[in-house]
Amino acid sequence: MVWANDIIQGILVGGLYALFAAGLSLVFGVMRLVNLAHGDFSILAAYIALAIVGSLNINPFYTLILVMIVMAVFGYVIQRGLFNFAMDAGPMQAILATFGIAIIIQNLLLEGFTANSKGLDAGRIENASIKISDQVVIGWFPLITIIVSVLVLVGLQFFLGRTRMGRAFRATADNQRAAQLMGIDNRHLYGVAMALALAIVAIGGVFIGIRTTFVPSAGPIRLIFAYEAVIIGGLGSLWGTLVGGIVLGVAQVLGDHVNQGWGMLVGHLVFLAILAFRPQGLFAKQAQ
Amino acid sequence: MATPLKIERYTRTSRIALPVAVVVVIAAATIPAWGSSNIMKQGVTFLTLVAMAQMWNLLAGYAGLVSVGQQAFIGIGAYSLWVFAEKVGINPFLCVPIAGIVAALFALPTAGLAFRLRGGYFAVGTWVIAEVYRLLVTQITWLGGGSGVSITSAGQVARGTREAVVFWLALAVAAGSIALVYFLLRSRRGLALTAIRDDETGARGLGVNVFRSKLWVYILAAFGTGVTGAVIYLNLLRVQPEAGFGLNWSALMIFAVVIGGLGTIEGPIIGAVIFFALQQLLSDYGTWYLILIGALAAGVVVFAQRGLWGTFVRRRAVDLFPVRRRLCLETVCFPEDAPPAPAAVWSASALPDESTTATAEPPDRVDA
Repeated sequence: MVWANDIIQGILVGGLYALFAAGLSLVFGVMRLVNLAHGDFSILAAYIALAIVGSLNINPFYTLILVMIVMAVFGYVIQRGLFNFAMDAGPMQAILATFGIAIIIQNLLLEGFTANSKGLDAGRIENASIKISDQVVIGWFPLITIIVSVLVLVGLQFFLGRTRMGRAFRATADNQRAAQLMGIDNRHLYGVAMALALAIVAIGGVFIGIRTTFVPSAGPIRLIFAYEAVIIGGLGSLWGTLVGGIVLGVAQVLGDHVNQGWGMLVGHLVFLAILAFRPQGLFAKQAQ
Repeated sequence: MATPLKIERYTRTSRIALPVAVVVVIAAATIPAWGSSNIMKQGVTFLTLVAMAQMWNLLAGYAGLVSVGQQAFIGIGAYSLWVFAEKVGINPFLCVPIAGIVAALFALPTAGLAFRLRGGYFAVGTWVIAEVYRLLVTQITWLGGGSGVSITSAGQVARGTREAVVFWLALAVAAGSIALVYFLLRSRRGLALTAIRDDETGARGLGVNVFRSKLWVYILAAFGTGVTGAVIYLNLLRVQPEAGFGLNWSALMIFAVVIGGLGTIEGPIIGAVIFFALQQLLSDYGTWYLILIGALAAGVVVFAQRGLWGTFVRRRAVDLFPVRRRLCLETVCFPEDAPPAPAAVWSASALPDESTTATAEPPDRVDA
């Protein structure tokens, strides 16, 4: 039963990783850009929430909408102001530009908020839990997290599959030039994609900020978890990111159970094993 | 009879540049005789930055391998230095080349995994592997665990001697890295690399073994970075996994190369000078120098892709380190202008910008 509890906790953590992975996957799917600043954007969102909580003295849950809007606007602006030009320059240039932004965000946050770890206090909900048996306890907050991430994925699926804008997304992902010929303004579309990705990552950032503490330099590891979830799940697969996140989460919790401090390492090793033996991921998009 | 055509490699500037470079290196080698301890320490910082940047440029600028995980080899170099100096008992200065060999050995399995990924995913993949090395070192108590280790045997050498030798080592590593890239690019394999840089599919069509060329470059860059890591930590004398395998090493080398000019030998040197100068100027303002350099790098990479060297100096054929072949008819040489920026490094096969493969299969895997 102890193991069952570990697996449940791992699944719940996986929900959080899926929130990070979905945005990364969306941006890569639509514009073939690997955003190295993705993790730092999530940390930025957490600090924005912290600033709002500090000035308005409200529960961090209520800041969520505001943080999402701020991040979405920020995403649109940085995409149209910098990343679009970087992508014109070439795929390598685009990656290097996102790396530059990553380092800038890390160090700006370091200058603005110091290296001390901060946290978002959501009150009683943080420790409330459902007791299933003596060994299996499900926290309300992790449960809410995974429900939200499933809702986000459902929403994304609806958006991509059923809306006019979503169709433009898919068309651009399939063939950018043909889509452009059909009258799709890809520069605007890329801006919207980044805005959407950052709104989603804002949820992840605020949630993980409530769950644990954060420091300005924590961005890269978030990027890595998101990336591992994407690769484990299989590139281009929306629900694969959830599965990838869950596999990663379970691996980490089990690793930590065996030996405190092994969690992250075991997570990475599972990722490397997938890369070695099933490089297309668990749910790779099949050829049409 | 037609006028004979000649293949030229040297340019007028390069004929002057080579002796000047030799004089500069010799002059720099005298610094331990008259320079202060501080000058030598700063000198090591600068020279190792040049070497790291050259190695990263070899990877990204020529083989199209954008790695964000070269800090793995800095860390491995540093820890190899410690293992062979403290545990095996070899003279710490002699451990520097050994550190390079160890790094090159680790590069093999690293490449085996990372080369399954392409483009941006390769970048993050190398980063993950660097993290794995860091976490492994943190877990191994024999290697000092999370708190790190000190290179005490080097600390026992008389201070003046140690500083001078470390400085000379750093100078050798910097000059050696430039010479390595220069001669590599002028060789047959270098021609293949240049072809890959310009058009990977085209190079493959001409019979270049792209996979093997890239693997070669990756191992060579790991060797160079490992040696540099050992020299850096001979200067610092204390290594911790958090710092040795830190992302900041990647930031250092990437920014220096990008600012100076990707895909040129001169670029990383210019970039290292600018990086170092800004670091010194803004040393009283915390990490603002990194913010400024990051912004500069992001701006340069987007709006002046050839870097500062390529954009502002190399308008004409000012090659200090000529690695190109030019076709000359009497006094006219072709091409006259500077070579193109390596913008299309991932061209065709790497990223499906149109039609075909976008949905057929994951586009960012190596097909080897």
